[in-house]
Amino acid sequence: MIRQFGTAVRITILSIALLGFAYPLGITAIARLVFPWQADGSYLKVKGRVVGSAIIGQRWTQPQYFHGRPSAAGKEGYDPTATGGTNYGPASKNLVASTKAAIAAVRAENPRAGGMPPMDLVTTSGSGIDPDISPAAAYYQAARVAAARKIPLGTVRALIFAYERHRTIGILGEPRVNVLELNLALDRTLSPR
Amino acid sequence: MTLPGWLQAIALFSLVAATTKPIGLYMARVFQGERTWLSPVLRPLERAVYRLCGVDEALEMPWQTYTLAMLAFSAVGFVWLYVLLRTQAWLPFNPQRFPNLPPALAWNTAVSFLTNTNWQFYAGESTMSYLSQMAGLAWHNFVSAATGLAIAIALIRGIARTACKTIGNFWVDLIRACLYVLLPVSCVFAIVLVAQGVPQNFSPYRSVRTVEGYRQTITGGPMASQESIKELGTNGGGFVNANSASPNENPTPVSNFLEMFAILAFAAGLTYTYGYMVKDTRQGWALFAAMFALLAVGFSATYWAESVGNPIVHHLGIAGGNMEGKECRFGVAGSALFATVTTATSCGAVNSMLDSFMPLGGLVPLVNMQLGEVAFGGVGSGLYGMIVFVVITVFIAGLMVGRTPEFLGKKIERREVQLALLALLVTPLLVLVPTAIAVLQPQGLAALGNGGPHGFSEILYAFSSTNANNGSAFGGLGSNLFYDVATGINMLLGRFLVAIPVLALAGSLAAKKAVAPGVGSFSTSSAMFVGLLLSTIAIVGALTFLPADALGPVADHLFVFQGKTF
Repeated sequence: MIRQFGTAVRITILSIALLGFAYPLGITAIARLVFPWQADGSYLKVKGRVVGSAIIGQRWTQPQYFHGRPSAAGKEGYDPTATGGTNYGPASKNLVASTKAAIAAVRAENPRAGGMPPMDLVTTSGSGIDPDISPAAAYYQAARVAAARKIPLGTVRALIFAYERHRTIGILGEPRVNVLELNLALDRTLSPR
Repeated sequence: MTLPGWLQAIALFSLVAATTKPIGLYMARVFQGERTWLSPVLRPLERAVYRLCGVDEALEMPWQTYTLAMLAFSAVGFVWLYVLLRTQAWLPFNPQRFPNLPPALAWNTAVSFLTNTNWQFYAGESTMSYLSQMAGLAWHNFVSAATGLAIAIALIRGIARTACKTIGNFWVDLIRACLYVLLPVSCVFAIVLVAQGVPQNFSPYRSVRTVEGYRQTITGGPMASQESIKELGTNGGGFVNANSASPNENPTPVSNFLEMFAILAFAAGLTYTYGYMVKDTRQGWALFAAMFALLAVGFSATYWAESVGNPIVHHLGIAGGNMEGKECRFGVAGSALFATVTTATSCGAVNSMLDSFMPLGGLVPLVNMQLGEVAFGGVGSGLYGMIVFVVITVFIAGLMVGRTPEFLGKKIERREVQLALLALLVTPLLVLVPTAIAVLQPQGLAALGNGGPHGFSEILYAFSSTNANNGSAFGGLGSNLFYDVATGINMLLGRFLVAIPVLALAGSLAAKKAVAPGVGSFSTSSAMFVGLLLSTIAIVGALTFLPADALGPVADHLFVFQGKTF
């Protein structure tokens, strides 16, 4: 009995040194060497200033940018220190209220879009920091972005098409557009006049 | 439902089927102490560990000693994590200066990780120091999975051996599981995850000004190293609150696919290890077939329910599958597949919010756990859970034809059936009784995130998940003292009240003499047996949980399709 506990203590100490310290520190060293940009957090810079992470969604409100999905992360949304979804059940009154509010807001923002917005643009993501929207959600906003930037709709639609990410090897995941990537491309190629 | 959605699932199942034999064979070699291709590197390390810890490699243990060693190791691991969580504020690797955890939460978390559950009543990104994450939680991810693996291997030895008093050495099995199985694969997988975009650093969180000028604090930490063992060890405890829904933990469809594969890989491989070690690989493939059938049916049902979508949302004029709580890069198919895989095993990681699934979409994960997570199951725990069902099935089949039941040349007698039933009855006892207590408690109801039958589902899910050591949640359920304590007790009993009878079963089977198979012996590798096994699982599960599930998800489903809200 005592003997087993003694062994347990020694194995615990040794395995913490190996699996709890050497392993994560070793992986960090290799990761920094081989994939330094990803290991650091996939930060994107514009004119030398960090504007966010390529894998993390951010908050958008201005009409000349594409907007992401509703977010339950933090008070204002898109807070990576408070990730999560609404956890509203399918028959929840709160779900109905928040979806209605999102539909009204999205339609008010996009008066030229016509028709109802796509599902992902009015439902809350699981993480609250979803970096993507569906291609349909991007096209839904194209007319607003074009009008705010005073550029032809065709140009904006062509840009969405160019930045659409497809399913990996045709079967993994869903088609999508990374909102930050698309907006940075807008700023780079189609500055507002 | 889309063709790519189905093909994604078929690709996953094919990959699992293709790797079952190589992984299973490798594990069999490791646990039989044979040379593997990693031995030149790892054997010296293994010997050094034995020397430093005073373990005699050649010493075999009877089941009582094996169990005692397992319990001693678990107890020490509990104390370490509890103390770490209660003192993290004063320790290094805490750049965000997070305070110590309060006692009830530290207890719940320590039990949760010790038992391979990874139920989380905290949000990692705003609670846990990097030290607690890597040396506390991720360390438990390794050793709790290795403990499960050791117990499964001990049970296999019990079945394979005849007239033998011992079932192996717990310390040797534990160390080999860590060094040869979990650590090497985890290293490779962690680097692959970094390549996909998972951060791996020790930097403090970084405050940035977004394109539109808002402040955003971006989290960091040793995420990839923890993410990889979290999936491989079927642990499931997220580095951040959103778990694998967060792009930090699961940034691409490729990482999503690989994480699902990692969850299944060892548990599936273990079926081959079993067949190989009992010297009849068809036995392993029979279990594989039964597990595979459960997984495929579960996925189809969830995928269908989520694709149909929410009629209440459709009524607002929005068409399509249910996307509430789901990520765009995974969509309905990738989320339904992940939810099925994570609850068919004992993983419990989630890439979408299960609380917001359609009632029937959420019913599948619930039933998966109530059946004891035997569709590949946890690393180790899945196999030993399934073997318990095999013993019961053999017993029932024996009763039907009026013969003494035999299992792989051993008579299944009173003691074996008693032990198997004990392990089996723990589940209904620890799910239904605490659920009933919770609904009668003001504290039990105060924590609910949703009203109506969905609120009941949240409670039922919590106790199904903690009892089965899964750890996924209907996340609307909040934390309070009642749930901290109750789910903690539930996790402990759910783990050890199954593990101990299983080890006793191993000891009992090992001691038996072999009987020569006669004309009346019932094959446990035939298609008929697989059918019987599945029927047993379905009947036991249905008889036990149908009434409770009808009050929760089934009632919820009927209300949703009538458009009634709560």
